Amino acid sequence: MEKIRSLADLKKIRDENNKGVELRKKGEDADKLVQVKVAMATCGIASGAKETMEFLADSLEKRGVEAVVTQTGCMGYCYAEPTIEVTLPGRDPIVFGNVNVKKADEIIEKYIKGGELVDGIIPVNYETIDSKE
Amino acid sequence: MSKYSMHLLVCGGTGCKASESDILTEKLKKELAKQGLEETVQVIMTGCFGFCEKGPIVKVMPDNTFYTQVKPSDAEEIVEEHVIKGRRINRLLYKDPKSKEEVEDTGKMGFYKKQLRIALRNCGFIDPESIDEYIARDGYMALGKVLTEMTPEATIALMKDSGLRGRGGAGFPAGLKWELARNNASEKKYVVCNADEGDPGAFMDRSILEGDPHSVLESMAIIGHCIGADEGYIYIRAEYPLAIARLKTALQQARDYGLLGDNILGTGFNFDIGLKYGAGAFVCGEETALIHSMEGDRGEPTLKPPFPAEKGYLGKPTNVNNVETLANVPPILLKGAEWFSSIGTEKSKGTKVFALAGQINNVGLIEVPMGTTLREVIFEIGGGIKDGKKFKAVQTGGPSGGCLTEKHLDTPIDYENLVANGSMMGSGGMIVMDEDDCMVSIAKYYLDFTVEESCGKCAPCRIGNKRLHELLERICEGKGEEADLDRLRNLGEVIKDTSLCGLGQSSPNPVLSTLDNFMDEYQSHVVDKKCTAGVCKDLLEYFILEDNCVGCTACARACPVGAITGERKELHVVNPVTCIKCGACMEKCKFDAVILR
Repeated sequence: MEKIRSLADLKKIRDENNKGVELRKKGEDADKLVQVKVAMATCGIASGAKETMEFLADSLEKRGVEAVVTQTGCMGYCYAEPTIEVTLPGRDPIVFGNVNVKKADEIIEKYIKGGELVDGIIPVNYETIDSKE
Repeated sequence: MSKYSMHLLVCGGTGCKASESDILTEKLKKELAKQGLEETVQVIMTGCFGFCEKGPIVKVMPDNTFYTQVKPSDAEEIVEEHVIKGRRINRLLYKDPKSKEEVEDTGKMGFYKKQLRIALRNCGFIDPESIDEYIARDGYMALGKVLTEMTPEATIALMKDSGLRGRGGAGFPAGLKWELARNNASEKKYVVCNADEGDPGAFMDRSILEGDPHSVLESMAIIGHCIGADEGYIYIRAEYPLAIARLKTALQQARDYGLLGDNILGTGFNFDIGLKYGAGAFVCGEETALIHSMEGDRGEPTLKPPFPAEKGYLGKPTNVNNVETLANVPPILLKGAEWFSSIGTEKSKGTKVFALAGQINNVGLIEVPMGTTLREVIFEIGGGIKDGKKFKAVQTGGPSGGCLTEKHLDTPIDYENLVANGSMMGSGGMIVMDEDDCMVSIAKYYLDFTVEESCGKCAPCRIGNKRLHELLERICEGKGEEADLDRLRNLGEVIKDTSLCGLGQSSPNPVLSTLDNFMDEYQSHVVDKKCTAGVCKDLLEYFILEDNCVGCTACARACPVGAITGERKELHVVNPVTCIKCGACMEKCKFDAVILR
């Protein structure tokens, strides 16, 4: 193990390790952050959901967007995999279909950063237990 | 960057480990590997979450799901349902005891809502065996700040301004303590961490050491810099094996990083820490007794002054602070005195950790701002009394604290208020009693403990407590007289006034406070020879209810002394004179006809 020889070194180690615990920190106040759920069932993964998810996690961080990226199960839109659900703070969740890396890039730039809707939205056509309350 | 997109936090405190949380961790890892998810989902064993009542706990981040009483056999379902399919497993969620509804995340749990975690900030959040995770949470930054940007005087002044007081029980201002040790000139000085947590049922310090050991090490180094010491010791009881193991790991990691040892952070400051094991004697929590024990002598207190700040370990100026006090230090130095002193009451700043135990729904470890009321702690965080019974009393301050009652429930908790009401803060034990607890027996129970733990050096404590205990024993056996109540009070006051150390000075507290608050119970023991709570065996009689007795003769056949008479199919009767109160009749009766009254 390399010795830490100065306060600057210590800060460097802190910043390197920050990502690890950041996920937990974000979880504690998730409703104030952008939440992205990627459908990662078999069909989603087969259509490239893993690449989409990695891209989303990497790029959101690189572009300085505070977001929680998680995986979820099959959303039922098998015709439009990979699907992702994006929830901006204080807004209703929106589901996008056919999200490959290129589409994901567009969603980040236009919707997440600017709040501008892009093509590929799947209208929610069902009610959930939560929305019935 | 780390590719982990989900964290499974498994509680690795002693309590949860005893319920197989380490097997669960292994199972989770195995299941994740089976699904090819070991790169995506990280399993972390953390320190105590505090919710010991429902352990083992698994918290899933970032969706903040809180699973309780998770068994190793649940691992497969957690991975398949929650991790892969994103569905919460309802049967493992915490159920609100009142509404009986499942609560999804910690933000909505009454247990966590009112808490403010400063000393416990990292417990249940980081892996205590990873120094990197501690550093990621600004760990060792306070040490860095003190070494590079602040003078020892400025650091001490900041601590004094913050108003932090000793969390071990006495509540002595921490900054002032450091200043006293600093002002005593000596070539050699020591920093000691008091981890001799002795109150029965208390586990605040153990949980901090198990869940966040580096915070204690960092603070000790800070104190070393402030008072001019290069050597520190943690005095910890040998009966805390997990805490010791985690401390050893932490010490090694800190040395490997150069955060302990010579020339820390290139500033020329040297400091290292060793461990000293105690044998679990209660009196060794007293600082002079602790120092004698460290030196290899008997753990007996000596008269103060001289205070350890003047003449402590090996005769050198020594600063002794308790674990929880130390855990508060780094955030204060980073966030400032004003931030800390804005929390709490006028004279008691910050938060306090309590170990909730006894007849309460949510047994566990909590941290609340000073000034929170007992009612909030017991009924909101603690979830109220078990089985819907009636609250009777709460004992704060461990075996030397006092019992507080219904009328004290709305008192804000701080050092002064607790003392004013005949109890004390102590190290933070909080034992709740319900209507089925006999207060005379409770006082006797605590005295059992202090009589056992008295070191025997001074007469008031050694002999006085023994006599107090005998008086209580007589009362519980039904042999007490009214004059005994005055004797209890007088003797109690004398012991309080004349004992050498804190143990004796506070040991009569349970007796005196129950005399103040539950005189009627003492009266009924002494005058009517009755124990209304139904606890004191000698004051109870076995009785057979006419309505329930069918005359089966089972009780009469079970009685070893022939105290029960009665014909077949007729009412049976217990002769109280011959009865030895063994309870055999009650056990044998299938019709609930035998009662104690």
